[in-house]
Amino acid sequence: MKADDQKRLLREMIFFRRFEDRCFEAYMERKIGGFLHLYSGQEAVATGVMEMAKPGHDYVITGYRDHVHAIKSGAQPREVMAELYGKETGSSRGRGGSMHIFDPTVNFMGGYALVGQPFPLAAGLAMGCKHKGTDQIAICFLGDGANNQGTFHETMNMASVWKLPVLFVCENNQYAIGTHIDRSTAVVDQYKRVCGYNMEASQHDGMDIEEVMPAAKKAVDYVRSGKGPYFIEFMTYRFRGHSMSDAKGYRTKEEEAEWEKRDPIRIYSAKLREKGVVTDDEIKSWEKEIDNELENDIIKFAEESPEPRVEDLNKYVLDDNPDPRWIGPLVNEGV
Amino acid sequence: MAETAYWEAIRRAHDEEMANDKMVIAMGEDIGVAGGTYKATLGLFDKYGAERVIDTPISENSYTGIGIGASMVGVRPIVEIMSINFALLALDTIINAAAKIRYMSGGRVQCPLVIRTPGGTAHQLAAQHSARLARMFMSTAGLRVVTPRGPLDAYGMLKSAVRCNDPVVIIEHERMYNMKEDIPDEEFFRPLEGAEIVRHGTDITLIGYNYNVHLCLGAAEKLAKDGISAEVLDLRSLKPLDREAIRRSVEKTHHVVIAEEDEAPVGVGAEIIATVTEDCFYALDAQPIRVHAADVPVPYNAKLEKEAIPDVEDVYQGALKCLGRI
Repeated sequence: MKADDQKRLLREMIFFRRFEDRCFEAYMERKIGGFLHLYSGQEAVATGVMEMAKPGHDYVITGYRDHVHAIKSGAQPREVMAELYGKETGSSRGRGGSMHIFDPTVNFMGGYALVGQPFPLAAGLAMGCKHKGTDQIAICFLGDGANNQGTFHETMNMASVWKLPVLFVCENNQYAIGTHIDRSTAVVDQYKRVCGYNMEASQHDGMDIEEVMPAAKKAVDYVRSGKGPYFIEFMTYRFRGHSMSDAKGYRTKEEEAEWEKRDPIRIYSAKLREKGVVTDDEIKSWEKEIDNELENDIIKFAEESPEPRVEDLNKYVLDDNPDPRWIGPLVNEGV
Repeated sequence: MAETAYWEAIRRAHDEEMANDKMVIAMGEDIGVAGGTYKATLGLFDKYGAERVIDTPISENSYTGIGIGASMVGVRPIVEIMSINFALLALDTIINAAAKIRYMSGGRVQCPLVIRTPGGTAHQLAAQHSARLARMFMSTAGLRVVTPRGPLDAYGMLKSAVRCNDPVVIIEHERMYNMKEDIPDEEFFRPLEGAEIVRHGTDITLIGYNYNVHLCLGAAEKLAKDGISAEVLDLRSLKPLDREAIRRSVEKTHHVVIAEEDEAPVGVGAEIIATVTEDCFYALDAQPIRVHAADVPVPYNAKLEKEAIPDVEDVYQGALKCLGRI
């Protein structure tokens, strides 16, 4: 990988971290409501996997921890932030919020707040790709907690039987909300669970983007070549709580400190510094640029955008413009 | 015109829509090689192949979800759920995904998905194969819910549903698949909205949907022998509901009975009575009556089963009560 690309990836990960940090602040200022699930700590996974796929071309779907996946797919950060602010300019026009970011212009098909629900939807997106005969694949990012839903098993089975072009990316951060995987899941290595469905699978470090990328490339290529689905597991950790209301009482300071040493941004920047690709000053200047962009473009856009009109409350429930032949009056109705 | 059975009408609509648009696919349990439990897809596997007439495993929630995912990217799936009881397993994807994706994406993503499922009590299928969940879908924003009462609507509404950009739930009925009716040979579409007067009358309005329309028609025959002119209104669509048609008919007859196979608490009838009292209370000359199923799981025993669900006599008695004749 070229030095420029390496720098770009590191800068992207720093952007994602600071974007989420800024969301945290806006939530504390009560500018963002509802539930807010932040991605800090897991940046190497979405960044590395999407770098090996075709963002904007391949379909991407995920759960409620979805801001970074959307942006890496090509969604505009200012539209994602405006969505969190509930504004009409938001990526879901203020109707979705943090957990339901959608941007079909870049084939980001949504964040969903029912744990495990994206599995079948992803297989359906893949079925669509196969049906249309394109070279697109569907990528489904979900956590280890989702794997205990029935949809996991049902979908792995069908995706495998029908050889659907879908890549399941398990972001194993080891906690299902506040319950550790040891206490909820009989088979801790998630990639082993799909061997029952005759599916290719592998497990990798999710904190080092240089480990993520080659593994993801192999999986993406496998799926795109038409061989069927692939299940890839990345071991990772979320630095913040499950959501903003989570005080993280279920894990120790020692455990957190251990994982903090494995911060994907810290690891990658150290590697790039060592190779002489990037300097501390350069990183500092990026941080300034990013903070400036966040404040003067992204937050400003969200703050200044209009809210949806209350007259539009019922908009988007059904098709606004259906064919009158199907919806129109019955011709033979009596009086 | 040709006399066509309900199942044949559905099969013909599948066939024509699949021939018209290769994005139309069918999926469900046993619908391919086996031709469908109710023959609604008979012969289509041979004609369109395994990629378009898809036999699914018994995994209702996820194969419905796969249909939803495919519909989001331009495919137009017709998903068959063999019994509405099994649709309970798929309520997550139907109610939490299909119905909400357009809204929660701000209108940017849609699910042009059709779900066909028979809902109702047949012959001694017992509690777990006799559910009627019309009320559950009726109360979900973002769905269209239609209930074709005969082959004409079964054909024309399925064709409209396939081309509609909203998720449409079509509630059929086990006892209707062999029901016959003349339908035109040339292609036609039937609206997905709007109630229909299937028998004109002046003394009382009998409201039904799906199979219950036939109970209303039977009751109207009996009432005619008593010199009572009953109007029969088929709701056709439970969502959206044609409140205007209900109001117009009640303002004409001043009496109303709703027949439903759902249980009474929170059934379709509860919504209809509420609609009538809200929209045309002062047009009523008597208390509205709902004829509904008993609030019990449907029993296996034939005698008990008959007692648990409404029949023509129940609707007839309901009408007499409304009219103050008993």
